[in-house]
Amino acid sequence: MAKLKEFKGDTPTWCPGCGHYSVMAGIQRACLGLGLEPHQVAVITGIGCSGKVSEYMRCYGFHTLHGRSLPVAQAVKLVNRNLKVIAAGGDGDGYGIGAGHFVHAARRNVDITYVVMDNQIYGLTKGQTSPTSRQGFVTKTSPEGAGEREVKPLELALGAGASFVAQAFAGDIKRLTELIQQGMEHEGFALINVFSPCVTYNKVNTYDYFKEHLLDLKQMEDYDPHDLAQAYATVLERQGLVQGIIYKEDRPAYHTFLTDYPDQPIAEQNLVRDDARLQQLWSEFK
Amino acid sequence: MKTEITFKIGGQQGEGIDSTGEVLAVTLMQQGYQIASYKHFASRIKGGHTYYHIRASCDKVYYWGDTTDILVALDQESYEHNISAMSAGGYVLMATNQEEKVAEADGCTVLYVNFTRLAEELGNKIIRNMVALGAAAYLMGLHYELFKPLVEKKFLRKGQALVDLNISALKAGYEHVQQLGLSPFQLAPVQSQDQALLSGNEAFAFGAIAAGCRFLSAYPITPASEIMEYMKSHLPKVGGVAVQAEDELAGILMAIGAGYAGVRALTSTSGPGFSLKTEAIGLAGISETPVVIVNSQRGGPGTGLPTKYEQGDLNTMLYAGHGDIPRIVLAPSTVEECLTMASLAFNLAERYQCPVIVALDLVLSLNKQTCPDFRAEHFEPIDRGKLLSEAELEALGEFHFKRYRLTEDGISPRAIPGQRGGVHPANSNEHSETGHITELPEMRQAMMNKRLGKLTQFKMRGYEFIGGEERSVQTLFVGFGSTRGVLTEVVKDLQDQGEDAGLAHIKVLYPFQAEGLSELARQAEKIVVVENNWSGQLAGLLAKELQIGHKIHKICKADGDPFTKADIMQHYHQLVKEVV
Ligand SMILES: Cc1ncc(C[n+]2csc(CCOP(=O)(O)OP(=O)(O)O)c2C)c(N)n1
Ligand code: SF4
Repeated sequence: MAKLKEFKGDTPTWCPGCGHYSVMAGIQRACLGLGLEPHQVAVITGIGCSGKVSEYMRCYGFHTLHGRSLPVAQAVKLVNRNLKVIAAGGDGDGYGIGAGHFVHAARRNVDITYVVMDNQIYGLTKGQTSPTSRQGFVTKTSPEGAGEREVKPLELALGAGASFVAQAFAGDIKRLTELIQQGMEHEGFALINVFSPCVTYNKVNTYDYFKEHLLDLKQMEDYDPHDLAQAYATVLERQGLVQGIIYKEDRPAYHTFLTDYPDQPIAEQNLVRDDARLQQLWSEFK
Repeated sequence: MKTEITFKIGGQQGEGIDSTGEVLAVTLMQQGYQIASYKHFASRIKGGHTYYHIRASCDKVYYWGDTTDILVALDQESYEHNISAMSAGGYVLMATNQEEKVAEADGCTVLYVNFTRLAEELGNKIIRNMVALGAAAYLMGLHYELFKPLVEKKFLRKGQALVDLNISALKAGYEHVQQLGLSPFQLAPVQSQDQALLSGNEAFAFGAIAAGCRFLSAYPITPASEIMEYMKSHLPKVGGVAVQAEDELAGILMAIGAGYAGVRALTSTSGPGFSLKTEAIGLAGISETPVVIVNSQRGGPGTGLPTKYEQGDLNTMLYAGHGDIPRIVLAPSTVEECLTMASLAFNLAERYQCPVIVALDLVLSLNKQTCPDFRAEHFEPIDRGKLLSEAELEALGEFHFKRYRLTEDGISPRAIPGQRGGVHPANSNEHSETGHITELPEMRQAMMNKRLGKLTQFKMRGYEFIGGEERSVQTLFVGFGSTRGVLTEVVKDLQDQGEDAGLAHIKVLYPFQAEGLSELARQAEKIVVVENNWSGQLAGLLAKELQIGHKIHKICKADGDPFTKADIMQHYHQLVKEVV
């Protein structure tokens, strides 16, 4: 069994109190919970304070481009089924510049887990408005209050066909870990949107704010995560301020639709040229 | 006896021009002739003038030729478009619904034939093209029985009746013209040989599979789409996966993901898509991830000429991206080279751990040529570069594996996810040897030196000399990509006219390989760079790399169509007059 310290990478440079610390801890603990060792995990990140999680954790990581973690992560999983693949980044990363990839990753349903550290602000670039900043939110780039309606990650994910949609809060690390672990166990695309307060630039959506407003779906006795209509209704009614598994659908993952998809990971296949097979392909040109 | 013959069939798009041309091309190939072909088409699905031009020769050819011996014109537009390019003594088979007759025009014989009526007499006007093909076959001196095997291969799935119908159509056309008493061409017989007929796209895709490519992700775009289509149906047969991505960004990023995870990966695109991939090329460069990017150039910029040809992306392929990026840019010039360069591209990508860009162009991508049957020696043996085994990694015993180790040759040993002992972050930010972000000036400088420096050892023969034994010539032509076919023939004609000419056709565009070429360029009186773009991008590259700007004469064309031999000759003679 691996120990937590084996999953520790570089020393984080996040601001003290940043929610991202808890998110990272949640991912690390979920990996431990699943009995994984660092070499069995790949964390693929975008750019932002959040994106740095791939180097602060010790496992295979790839700190890619702003908004681009999802395509990279999906390919890693498709060529190596033995890996647990986690894509991670911020709300700007995932719902702004990378929104297109998000929608398509959800409907494609590759078996990966996507952790979005949603702080409703751009942290790394020092406090501009983000796609999840509430309409009217004041930042350096929205001095008169953001004019656009905010992106609603849960509704977006449900609409795009994500087969697992959950929301967590950096202030509740136990629940966060549990949800990430469940997402990783889910076979298909799993979104975990995590409210991860930016203590430096967002003075509205703070730990206290979420503590006050978040409802855990555990408290709703009749909540059935397999019921899409109920998921929408609850999210709308609660204005997205819920915690827990919002929706879960047992739908075959993308690779099951691929013809002759090999059992043995493609990345582990031996690359010897099979001349007989090639001859067969070649004969089509004759 | 002719040692070669050229054939053209023209009509409206969607009328089966393509498949008719294809049947003839394949049949001639099966007889042993060498084929170079050219398809003309417009950016619409139905309607619009299209033609399929075939040159069959006893010798190797890479150019479809300026003239036509036999033209099948299924509509008036095809006649008007193509009549001026007929060779003297040629035949035109002109479809008509009126009076059938034989006439003389522009030095050739025009046969007005009611193909539709002949087809309807057989019960289905859909086979009009096959009637016309049968007629052309007679004039070519080919018996219609020769088409039988291919017709069976194509139609037997749909029933014997359809096979018989097609054969009887060929026969009807054949006999209809036979009874007119015209003397057909006689094509010199050749030994049948082991060869195949394929396009540059097909050749590259096949070559990639042979080279161990097991992952493709791309987004559809003319003229690159067939690469993805081929991979979608054939990669699974070798245990690989092809994904149609949501856009070109995802196309290259997925390929990079697969490359990072240890699989030989490809993305294919054309100009607009290539532009979108720019940021990711930098990612592959700084994270030292192997990936192969095929860019089949078409007319740009913007959406430009989506179905037309240009070589206008050279600068983009050389320089795309911010910052200094290690990259290799290769340019095959024939279908055969598309096949062989695929294996080179994947080896170089892994050997140097960097993006390798393969420059195709629309003409090369879509048109078919004959290739000798593939043999093991066509391909480089698979070389995975410094990819460590799990045992080698364990032996290092590092808790934080140094993925970006500073080595003498600048290439760091690589580990892939899943390997115990190789755990590391790959990084698009500047990083230390372990892959962690750093902004330390010394480390930044060391990493830049390492990444850009690793290509200084890259040495390859960068061009092919065409025009006999390699020697210094007075007039040195230079080109890249599909102009190779026409330029070879220009040089030959000039030599026949007593000029001392040769061609250096560039195959490695970056890192530019000056060896040999600088000598040729130094000794030449004139350097004539022929390329299909407006500004002379290859000429610019040569001027910079070889310091020969003052000697360069440019022949550029950017109207969407390839050069004809006559085009180049005319420009050349103009140029010689101006120089004198
Ligand atoms: C193509 C591109 N555009 C812009 C940037 C600058 N940039 C870096 S991080 C970032 C926003 C990060 O915000 P978010 O994704 O919400 O993450 P956070 O820092 O809040 O965790 C931006 C705009 C970039 N790196 N690349
Ligand atoms: S700026 Fe905000 S998001 Fe970034 S590290 Fe600091 S608290 Fe966290």
